[in-house]
Amino acid sequence: MAPHEVICLIGASGSGKSTLLRCVNLLERIDAGTIWLDGQAITRPGVDENAVRRHIGIVFQSFNLFPHMTVERNVTLAPMKVLGLSRAEAVSQAAELLDRFGLGEKRADYPDRLSGGQQQRVAIVRALAMRPRLMLLDEVTSALDPELVADVLDVIRELAEGGMTMLIATHEMGFARDIASRVCFLADGQIVEQAPPARLFSEPSDERTRRFLRRIVDAGRL
Amino acid sequence: MLGDSSRRGVVLSTTSTVVVLGVLVGVFLLAPGSAQVRHTFFNPTDMWQSFVGDPKAGYYSVGAALWLNIRMFVAAEILILIFALVVAVIRQSTGPVLLPLRVAATVYVDVARGVPLILIIFALGYGLPALQLTVISDQSAAVYGVAALVLSYSAYVAEVYRAGINSVHRSQVAAARSLGLTQGASMRYVILPQAIRNIIPPLLNDFISLQKDTAQVGLLGAIEANKAAEIYSSTVFNYSSYVVAAILFLALTIPLARFTDHLIRRDQARRLAGAGQLWAERARFPFPVRGIGKRCGSRGCASRSARTRCSAGWTWTWPRTRSSA
Repeated sequence: MAPHEVICLIGASGSGKSTLLRCVNLLERIDAGTIWLDGQAITRPGVDENAVRRHIGIVFQSFNLFPHMTVERNVTLAPMKVLGLSRAEAVSQAAELLDRFGLGEKRADYPDRLSGGQQQRVAIVRALAMRPRLMLLDEVTSALDPELVADVLDVIRELAEGGMTMLIATHEMGFARDIASRVCFLADGQIVEQAPPARLFSEPSDERTRRFLRRIVDAGRL
Repeated sequence: MLGDSSRRGVVLSTTSTVVVLGVLVGVFLLAPGSAQVRHTFFNPTDMWQSFVGDPKAGYYSVGAALWLNIRMFVAAEILILIFALVVAVIRQSTGPVLLPLRVAATVYVDVARGVPLILIIFALGYGLPALQLTVISDQSAAVYGVAALVLSYSAYVAEVYRAGINSVHRSQVAAARSLGLTQGASMRYVILPQAIRNIIPPLLNDFISLQKDTAQVGLLGAIEANKAAEIYSSTVFNYSSYVVAAILFLALTIPLARFTDHLIRRDQARRLAGAGQLWAERARFPFPVRGIGKRCGSRGCASRSARTRCSAGWTWTWPRTRSSA
């Protein structure tokens, strides 16, 4: 993956998209292979996984906000405890990010008072507050009501325009086609095919990709 | 205003309670040995004398002795909360380096839960003085008693903590670790605050049990309420002092039991009302106490109680937090 690249992972459920993301963030132990970050093998034994995670933000399908903390505290916890920012620094950074994503007024609310879309945006802000060099997005719109999906996708689009390097697992094919610099089709835990979205969606070379895309088109999702 | 059907309910339940109590009291009063039992167990004069005590007559005040029980269980509860948390966190740890500690914690929990409290009290109360060490062997019976209570109860409470930790969904750990928080920091800021709120009712349950088990420390000779009652009864040959001790213990445990029930009921009510309001309300305090008596948050509703029907209907919302107002 090159800096500023946005790669979308597509594929049926169980094809390994989420597992790949969790491996990159070292939440899952890998059986074989190596993952490199900035020229360092982060899967080497003895690597400081907390240091690695500091540079990689992840956003989960089910938000996973901390329910006992306010939005602001959710966003400031890790910068304070991991990056060592002072409370004032962390709070002002959080305010800036929350404002930018239209969440400024929700600063003092608890997550369960927010809509799903708002919660997911807070989760994105929480990851961004660590100033990651790579963002992993794991089907971030799958748990949302249809009318809330657009809000969250807009946020991701904005990030992509800002040059954030992102690895995105998604079922939103239209979104993947718009935003990705490269799309990877996964099946049975393998990357079957990867290509720029224009090529992959119009003239897939692999039979399995073709079948998958046909089903998506038939379902009216593309 | 109560409706007709609820008024009939109140009348019925009152009547049935009076009838049942009346039958029980009647049986007691009409039993052949009733007069004898009343004299031995419920003699008002003996009850009062044992309550106030009389050093010159050779017996202690049961009421004053209760103060020792209170001091013992307060000290024990504080120590248990700390010690059990350490044990639980060790048992939940994963690193290979901590294996010896994990084994020790597991063995401790198994042993301390498996051995009767009374044996632990004897072991510490008679064993430690016999070692003739400085400080350790020079403590009072009450101190050994508290140590035994802490050893025994911490094993149970550690398991309660562990259940609480496991009740927090694993995705919370993933979220915390993915932000770069260490295992310890995740535990401290993310897992434990949620776990502790979940375990307050079972924790209080164990403490109710602990409060009355302080009576067993009397076996080491500490003059606590039960021991004082025993001394009275063997001096005057009347058991009314034990009834006094029983009433005093009830006065301690019943309020805590009701409070625990209250917390459980409230938790259930709010789970039914939807988790939505749960954290906003609880966030005010480690356990949800302060919401009581606050005004209902529904628009135009003046209800002040958590458990009565609110004037806006059954679906009343919890008070808004200061932050969201």
